[in-house]
Amino acid sequence: MLLKLVFRNVLRHKLRTGLTLCGIGVAVLSFGLLRTVISAWYAGVEASSANRLITRNSISLVFPLPLSYLERIRGVEGVKTVSYGNWFGGIYIEEKNFFANLAVEPRTYLELYSEFLLPEDQKQIFLRDRRACMVGRKLAKRFNWKIGDLITLRGTIFPGNWEFVLRGIYSGRDNRVDESQFFFHWDYLNESLKKRQSVMADQVGIYILSVANPERAAETAERVDRIFRNSYAETLTETEKAFQLGFVALTEAILLVIQLVSFVVIVIIMAVAANSMSMSVRERLGEYAVFKTLGFGGPYLAATILGESLLLAAVGGTGGILLSFPAAKTFLHYLGDYFPVFSVTPQTVLFQGLATLAVGVAAAVLPTWRAVRVPIIQALGRVG
Amino acid sequence: MEEKKAMVELRNLFKSYRRGGQVLPVLNDITLDIREGDFMALMGPSGSGKSTLLNLVAGLDQADSGTIHVAGVDITALSESELAEWRASNVGFIFQFYNLVPVLTAFENVELPLLLTPLSRRERREHVTTALNLVRLEDRMEHYPGQLSGGQQQRVAIARAMVTDPRILVADEPTGDLDRASAEEVLNLMDRLSREAGKTIIMVTHDPRAARKARSMKYLEKGVLAGAPEISFSQCA
Repeated sequence: MLLKLVFRNVLRHKLRTGLTLCGIGVAVLSFGLLRTVISAWYAGVEASSANRLITRNSISLVFPLPLSYLERIRGVEGVKTVSYGNWFGGIYIEEKNFFANLAVEPRTYLELYSEFLLPEDQKQIFLRDRRACMVGRKLAKRFNWKIGDLITLRGTIFPGNWEFVLRGIYSGRDNRVDESQFFFHWDYLNESLKKRQSVMADQVGIYILSVANPERAAETAERVDRIFRNSYAETLTETEKAFQLGFVALTEAILLVIQLVSFVVIVIIMAVAANSMSMSVRERLGEYAVFKTLGFGGPYLAATILGESLLLAAVGGTGGILLSFPAAKTFLHYLGDYFPVFSVTPQTVLFQGLATLAVGVAAAVLPTWRAVRVPIIQALGRVG
Repeated sequence: MEEKKAMVELRNLFKSYRRGGQVLPVLNDITLDIREGDFMALMGPSGSGKSTLLNLVAGLDQADSGTIHVAGVDITALSESELAEWRASNVGFIFQFYNLVPVLTAFENVELPLLLTPLSRRERREHVTTALNLVRLEDRMEHYPGQLSGGQQQRVAIARAMVTDPRILVADEPTGDLDRASAEEVLNLMDRLSREAGKTIIMVTHDPRAARKARSMKYLEKGVLAGAPEISFSQCA
């Protein structure tokens, strides 16, 4: 009977219920999308490997490190593989076509980033050809690039037009891997620089190290930095996660605002749902008084009101959660350039579920208190 | 003939309400016995304290002082939760505006008080069917209150009041919202419940015609029991 009453009460005012459901659905959807934006911001951090370290110039990432450090880093106890690369910062046709493009030492880089899945035949050709480039599946799709295409990037850090031949299209091992990056041979960059701007040659933006034992990563990092202490280019070695978090920290204020807005959305919908429940309960105070007259206690009334509130929240919230997936896809379609990884994570769904539960419970608190506390004769209008 | 014992005993009952810092006395030293099986009408002008007296007897409100014994139980000594339990098994309520739950069918409305009993679903169905048969609404079980006339709704309310087989029935203006024919039907039903089922019924009414159906009558004026005025047929017209 309790469930029957809850369901029928929900359907009493169909318009009010419909509007409340829409409100809750849209709020949970917005909350989910905002949380997904935050997750997307942290995608690089999430995709970081525990056994990779990044070594950069201790002053700033802007300053390079000499290539000569390579062999010395390789010799550090605990270091397994070392790769290196430079942020290239090239532009494809026009600036709005932004994507990450890096010059890397390809053999070691692919060894370190096993999450980039490249067909073996493409890999072999990519490694052999100095002008070769390798791009992510999404990036190739975005510009309709095919294997063998000639791609020209306009250098910003390294001036001039740089031509590459597309030799490989990688895909990610899972959906956390960014499939919108562009990689080419560091040697190609360096050899060109030797001819064009020799002062910039033999310089490396970062070294990427894999460690044998991730639990001793801190020790290994310390060993690397110790070697170059008091040199003209001191190093800072940190885990890949810490390195990525450094980028995120640059936009911390924006993230904070997004987080704040996502919670404000939930607080607003709590107020809307509470108002809707209060209106329903106020209209039914006489009925609740009849229930009390018949001997039903506070817990029964509380259960009917809470049940109604939770049902409303659950239906609206589930709608919002389900809509998050197609909405995220649409979002990715239009803003994929800025958020290469944009998918609703299980954690976001969990947060959406918890927010839905919070809305359901919070909306029922005041109306329940009122219904339980109001004296029977007052609610029945029988005083006097 | 053997004198029936008192089902309800009120002794030196006082009740007042506080409104805006002012104390308004409503009942003033009421002492009254209502015999078991009586069908008593409680009359009086508006604001005389009729409904308040009914609320006290039914355990819906607390007296300032005095005692109320119903079937030997001093209900003034019961806590709020004990009073709720006591009401569930001892009192049936009939309201002026029926007070049925609009989203429940006639059957479900009558079944409501039985949900607090340990009866099985089958037993509850039997009880509800019997109660609805009694008020001749067995063919309207699945109807919602909105699909019933005022008289039929009040009969459902009577079935709900009766279904737990309570000791007393309290009715507050049970015919106040009904046309004459429906009111007559409801009053006849209450009369039958009193005569055939031996229920003690206390009915608050303004309607002299309704009061004439009762077997005894008390008149309240300014919170004090007074001698009943003669009720003539001219008043009933």
